[in-house]
Amino acid sequence: MAKLNTEKIKQDFPIFNQKINDETLVYLDNAATSQIPKFVEEKVRDFNEKERANVHRGVHALGLRATNQYESSRQKVANFIGANNAKEVIFTSGCTDSLNLVAASFGEQNIQAGDEILVSIMEHHSNLLPWQQLAKRKQAKLNFIEINSDGLLDIENLKSKISSKTKIVALTHVSNVLGTINPIKELTDLAHEKGAIVVVDGAQAVGHFPIDVAELNVDFYAFSGHKMFAPTGIGVLYGKKDLLDKMPPYRLGGEMIANVTREGATWAEVPYKFEAGTPNIAGAIGLGAAIDYLQSLDFELIQKHEQELTSYALEKLKNVLGLTIYGPQKSNGRIGVISFNLKNIHPHDLATALDLDGIEVRAGHHCAQPLMASLNTESTVRASLSIYNTKDDIDKLVSSLHEAKEFFSEFR
Amino acid sequence: MSLDKLRSLYKAVILDHAQMPRNYGQLTDFSHETTVYNPSCGDKIHLTILIENNKIKKIAFNGEGCTISKASASMMTDLVKGKSIKEAIELSQLFSNLAANKKSDTLKLEQLGDAQVLVNIMQFPARIKCATLAWWGLDRALLGKEKEEEND
Ligand SMILES: Cc1ncc(COP(=O)(O)O)c(C=O)c1O
Repeated sequence: MAKLNTEKIKQDFPIFNQKINDETLVYLDNAATSQIPKFVEEKVRDFNEKERANVHRGVHALGLRATNQYESSRQKVANFIGANNAKEVIFTSGCTDSLNLVAASFGEQNIQAGDEILVSIMEHHSNLLPWQQLAKRKQAKLNFIEINSDGLLDIENLKSKISSKTKIVALTHVSNVLGTINPIKELTDLAHEKGAIVVVDGAQAVGHFPIDVAELNVDFYAFSGHKMFAPTGIGVLYGKKDLLDKMPPYRLGGEMIANVTREGATWAEVPYKFEAGTPNIAGAIGLGAAIDYLQSLDFELIQKHEQELTSYALEKLKNVLGLTIYGPQKSNGRIGVISFNLKNIHPHDLATALDLDGIEVRAGHHCAQPLMASLNTESTVRASLSIYNTKDDIDKLVSSLHEAKEFFSEFR
Repeated sequence: MSLDKLRSLYKAVILDHAQMPRNYGQLTDFSHETTVYNPSCGDKIHLTILIENNKIKKIAFNGEGCTISKASASMMTDLVKGKSIKEAIELSQLFSNLAANKKSDTLKLEQLGDAQVLVNIMQFPARIKCATLAWWGLDRALLGKEKEEEND
């Protein structure tokens, strides 16, 4: 059976050609940021060395080439996420920027006192705070969809909280703490029935399984490049064109106007209306290259690899005495973002111990403090998997966990 | 595992303070209070202090924290108890210099007592905030910033 060649993939990523704390690097912090393949770096470098110029401005040859590359990346993104029209793809600086754009533009224009905004308790702060503060400004109400004891979105709770007062439902596609994949299609159907629009935070989804925004019928979809093998500082907001057309610009300046006089201005068409100032051109080209890289690997194999590895990791971790896994305990309906705690060891202490073995994990609240509170903890350790991780990485994690446990228990 | 490296950070005295923190709890009778957070991990330290005649008569801490932040809070409270406000603030300055890897003369450093062992924290930059959290709280409480303002 066809399998992802992880050994070969690892060689695509120069970061692995070094020791960390004198140990072989085991990178398990992919939910924070993934590593970048040489192929993507080279595309960015080629652009800077051969075609660098500003976009949509110059009449010169380089300007044209830069613009063509930038726009062809936009088309690649559109194809990659199933957008019907490349004009529905706005380049931003990242997922956070994309979500703020929707709240500041669509939200500011459409939310009124007494309206309701619905989010889930598992949101990353970047898909919570823009809505929380918008609701405060507008005297609207912010409601939360709870999760059940398996770490899944509580659909009954969702149904009970959505009403004709609900104007926006903002939900993460995949939880950056629990790994849970949320049923977006089901949600959009429910929301649209009530006349609400749906904003999806796809930061943890894109790159792990295929996304089809048209099929999901979401109104907005946000994600970052750096979690899917692209450079930092580039992200995307997908929005349905009829909605984008009606929204006011979010930032003002160059590149986003049709005409300016002393007294006023008219705005450019979408997506340019939302891309004020010189964009992250090299970043957009890097994102296009990251999509090429991902597509060269075959999504089916990626999914199969990550699911098998998740399953393996969950089994191994469950066998560590005193270890609690937060979120779905089986590998279906989730991705390889695994949060856990070891009894009596603070996540920070554990992460330091793992780090000394070259194993990079995240410890903290993962920008999801309301979720932490609902899980009755302050913080967790999180190991998150990607295409270059192997069973050997998991074995090293587990053996390092055992040793850390022993070390800290000596003092009890 | 690099147990040696782990031991160089988690010295016995640190683990001891974290296991059996001194001055743990909350004063019922206090004149100064503050809560500080480590925004990167959500840890928090709540300090209550009773000041009489310009001296720290009593001090207690509670909250959530890792080994380093708990040990540091335990050591800090032990050290400043009985000191004048001025002395306490000087100690705090000394400690932040230590954490920031600035030179201080060794004689002065000795004033930090047990807390000197946290000097190794400098090799673990990601953990410096854990060690300085309690001291930061002390500064805030003594300098009169009593509560974290909520921005809403
Ligand atoms: C679910 C989720 N949403 C949003 C973000 C924010 O992404 P960025 O920091 O790239 O804007 C992250 C990343 O940390 C995330 O995991």
